[in-house]
Parts: sequence; structure tokens; C-alpha cells
Amino acid sequence: MAEKRTPALLVEDNRYCPGCGHGIINRILAEVLEEMGLADEAVVSLAVGCGGLMMYSFGTDWIQAPHGRAAAVATGIKRVRPETCVIAYQGDGDALAIGFSETMYAAIRNENITTIIVNNGIYGMTGGQMAPTTLPGQKTATSPAGRDAETTGLPLDVIAFMKERKVGYLARGALHSAKEINKVKKYIRAAVENQQSGGGYALVEILSPCPTNWHMTPEAAMKHIEAEVEPRYPLGEFVKNGVKVNA
Amino acid sequence: MAMKLMKGNHALAEAAVRAGCRFFGGYPITPQTEILEYLSARLPEVGGVFLQAESELGGINMVYGAAAAGCRAMTSSSGPGFSLLQEGISYIASAELPAVFVDVQRYGSGLGDIFQAQSDYFTATRCGGHGDYKLLVYAPASVQESVDLTMLAFDKADEYRNPALLLSDASIAQMMEPVELPEMRDVNFDRPWAMRGKHGGPNKRVSSTMYYIEDFDAYIKAKYDAMIAREQRWESVRVEDADVVLVAYGVSARICKEAVALARERGMRLGLLRPISLWPFPVKGFESVNPDVRGYLAVELSALPRLRDDVLLATGQRVPTESFLGGMHIPEPSAIIEKAAELIAE
Repeated sequence: MAEKRTPALLVEDNRYCPGCGHGIINRILAEVLEEMGLADEAVVSLAVGCGGLMMYSFGTDWIQAPHGRAAAVATGIKRVRPETCVIAYQGDGDALAIGFSETMYAAIRNENITTIIVNNGIYGMTGGQMAPTTLPGQKTATSPAGRDAETTGLPLDVIAFMKERKVGYLARGALHSAKEINKVKKYIRAAVENQQSGGGYALVEILSPCPTNWHMTPEAAMKHIEAEVEPRYPLGEFVKNGVKVNA
Repeated sequence: MAMKLMKGNHALAEAAVRAGCRFFGGYPITPQTEILEYLSARLPEVGGVFLQAESELGGINMVYGAAAAGCRAMTSSSGPGFSLLQEGISYIASAELPAVFVDVQRYGSGLGDIFQAQSDYFTATRCGGHGDYKLLVYAPASVQESVDLTMLAFDKADEYRNPALLLSDASIAQMMEPVELPEMRDVNFDRPWAMRGKHGGPNKRVSSTMYYIEDFDAYIKAKYDAMIAREQRWESVRVEDADVVLVAYGVSARICKEAVALARERGMRLGLLRPISLWPFPVKGFESVNPDVRGYLAVELSALPRLRDDVLLATGQRVPTESFLGGMHIPEPSAIIEKAAELIAE
């Protein structure tokens, strides 16, 4: 049994709600950066939204990006400081609605950064409104009768857009079991390694629970991911070392 | 040093490179596109980075990242694109980062048109984005000044850790004049606050500085008050005995200079106060104006008065203060003199 140790990069208790997935993902990122010896080289471009709460507890250099623009801010840093390890840390509303253009163009340029998108299917910080990733029929604060795909479209699968481009690494993981959490760590590590080897754009999207705005217990939220969310968002690695993986 | 014949936009772009600017992220829009084109070739020659962004939003946020990393960084735009920059400008100002922006003004709200205008005055000088901030705003009236003020803008942005704006216009940007270019500067980007990984030190946090500064209201007010006290710049032409003082910047000021010369030939005592810094507005420049001045005429290429507001604030509305407006047509010096004569007759 390995020693249980909190990464030194987690400098304070996190400020997320009980049962939130961000805490797990922050810890995984901290572990990966430390294991790879990158704690001193990392710069995080932070989204606006719950992901931005990371600023209180994450001990790397970081910059607060405007809502949706984390990938553009990350681009500016990486281009003038190629020796840094640049992570854009964003939620799905931030990266895929207001920031879809900035997110996609970072991928289109094959920018040598690592993007983490935490997909919980709603806007968490503002109280659970419909997001591009909200499931059809899912009730949210702005889709009280459930998301109507006829008038609001189908859930957005960003990896489906990106995997046709020339990019370095694309993967999607989920947090609903220890097994999947371990895979998320493997994906984040691969995405950071991709950047360190100059492999171009890397993205890890993570299906993550929001018990508060889903109005579920943390346990029910995890089950919901497995039963309802994962069927819409296939898990696994889609591009590795710049080559499409035939899953 | 030898003079070189250069177009306003090209000269400004070269000055940015010589000021040590090593990052540009921007988007094409007339009449500033030559800045983009020039830097796309020039920046790589000096080891800098040029990125054509997917939008002005993309561009300004790349500048935000590059500036946070300690690099002298810039973007340029015009009218509709300048509107899109405002979100990022607010973030850069609130993080107290140095950066330089250019707005080559064009006429009209909405799409408008591509010819010269001075209608973005309020967006530039008040606070174009959300919240409490000011930009240091410089208005070149010649190609040489486009060079000199670009150098100054980068230095002042660093000095105050506050972004600076060059407010040019289509005519200054498109005209060709002989210029003297400064020597290339070598700027160290490893500033103590620059994000480049913490390397054993405390982690650097780039966000609104309001989170970290005690009594922030007083702090930020004092910062801008210091700029008001120290950074007013202007040129005055024969204001000491003038019956009417024209107030104009940029291309309008060139026409006004002609008007002053022509009026003086006719025995009419006309003067010109040309703000070079639009923010802080050169209130001090009015101290040398004839105490018995009969009136002021703000001459600006816009359909609605803008600059006139600042003249009224600077002078306390003691004498009649009018506008000579017109964005669609460039005024003739004689028309300005006629309007000034009306002020004397009143």
C-alpha cells in the first residue's frame, strides 16, 4: 500500500461543494505535475466559474482568464515562455459556450498547451443553468421542463469536433469510480507529457458530478454519470501522439 | 540619423519592435491592417511572436497572457474591433499589467466606414470596459509622433503597470512622412511579477489586484491621481494672447495649426491647444492661455461633441465653448476660422 500523501501544490483546503469533482481533478493535476517535476514550471490559465475556485488552493503560478478565454490567455503565455508547462483549466460552460471559439482555435492552431475541461453539464457557479453539455430532457434552472433538443440542440461533444483536426492528444474520462479516476490520472499525465514533448494541443475532458445543482446526493450523482452521462459521452483516448486512436 | 519615408501604420509597428515589443496578437480591420501585416514579417526577425487571432477577443486575451508572462505585448484594431477589445482591456488593467493597444479610429458607430474619424474618444478616455480603470491615452498627430508616442506608451505602461492606448486615426495611419526611428531597445522580460513558473519562490497570481491590496479604493485612486499629476502632455501654439483657442488632437490639430497661421496672417488672434495625452487630459495646458480669452472651439472629426466635454471640465465653463464637428468631411482651415470669428463676435 502506497503512502497517502497530499501534494504540496494543494496549499489550502479547496472551496468546492461537498461531492464536487473539481477537488479530485485538482488533486490529480497536482500529483501529475509533482510526479513529473513540473510544479515549478507550471502556469495555470483559470476559467471563470467553479473551476476558478482553484485559485485559492492550487500553488502553481496562475492567471485568471476572462470567461471563456483561458485557451487564448494560455496561448499568449506559452508562445512567449515555451519552457513553461501551461494548463488551461475550464468548465464546460466556459470552454464550450462563451469560449468555444477560443477553445477550438487553440486546437486548430495545434497550440502546445494542455486543456482540462470539467464537464458537469450545467453552469455550477451561477446555480445550475443549462450548458451546451446538458443532456436532452435534463432539468436545469433555465430548462425547467427539461432540455428541448429541438430548440436548443443536442449536447456538444467537443472531442468529436477536434479529433478531425491535427492535434496532439484527446481523451475523455469520468469520475464515477476509482477505476475511472485512475484512468483520468493516466490521461492527464499523457496530456502533460504530450506538451512537454512538444506534441501540440492536448485536451482531457472529464465527466464530473455537481450534486448541488443536480439536486442529488454525491453518491447518486456518481451513479448518474455512469447511467446517463457516459452513454452520451464515450470515454477513452481518441488521439494519441497526434494519431487518431480507433476505439 | 537618416530620415526614412514611412507610412503611419508601418512606422508605428516598427517603433513597437524597437520599443522591445515581442508579442502581437490581432485581427485584420481597416484602416489598421498594415500594423498586423508589418509585424507578421518583422516580429519573427527579432525573435518575437506574431499571431493572427481568430477574433479581437482572441487577440486581446493572447496579449493578456503574454503581458502576464512579462513580455512587452501589443494589439491594434479599429472601431468595431476596438469595441471587442474592451473586455480584455478591463482584465489587463485590473491585473495591473503593462500592455499597449492601438485604435486607428474610423468613422461611425456600428459598421461605420473606413475613413478617418475621432469618434472613439469617450471609449478611449473614459473607461471603455467595465469597472474602474483608465488607460494612458496618447494621440499622435504625425508619423514621427506615431513613433515617439509608441516608444513612450511602452515605457509608461511599464512604469505605472497600466495599459496604454495609442489613439490614432485613418489619416495619420495612412499618410507617409519622413521619420527618424529610435535605436532598438533591449528589454528584460524576467520581471519579478512575470509568470514563468514559481521556481522555488511563492506562486505568482495574476488576477484583479483588488483581491490582494488593502484599502484598494484609495490605492487605485492614488495610482490614477499620480498619472493625472505627472503625465499630462500637450503642445500649445500662440495661446498666450489668443482671443479664441482651438482645442484639437491628431489629424484635426494639423488642420487647426494651418487655421491658426492663416488667421494670424489676417490679424485674428487664434491659438491652438493640442492635447498629446488625451488621458490624463492636459488641464495644465490651459494655465498659459490668455486670461481674457473669449472662447474655445473644440475641433473634432465626429458627429457628436466628445472632446468639448473635457474642454468644459478643464476651463470650468468660464467662456463660451463650442464644437466644430464633422466626421464625414475633413474641415477646411477657413471654415474653422469662420466659426472662431463667430465666437469673438458674440
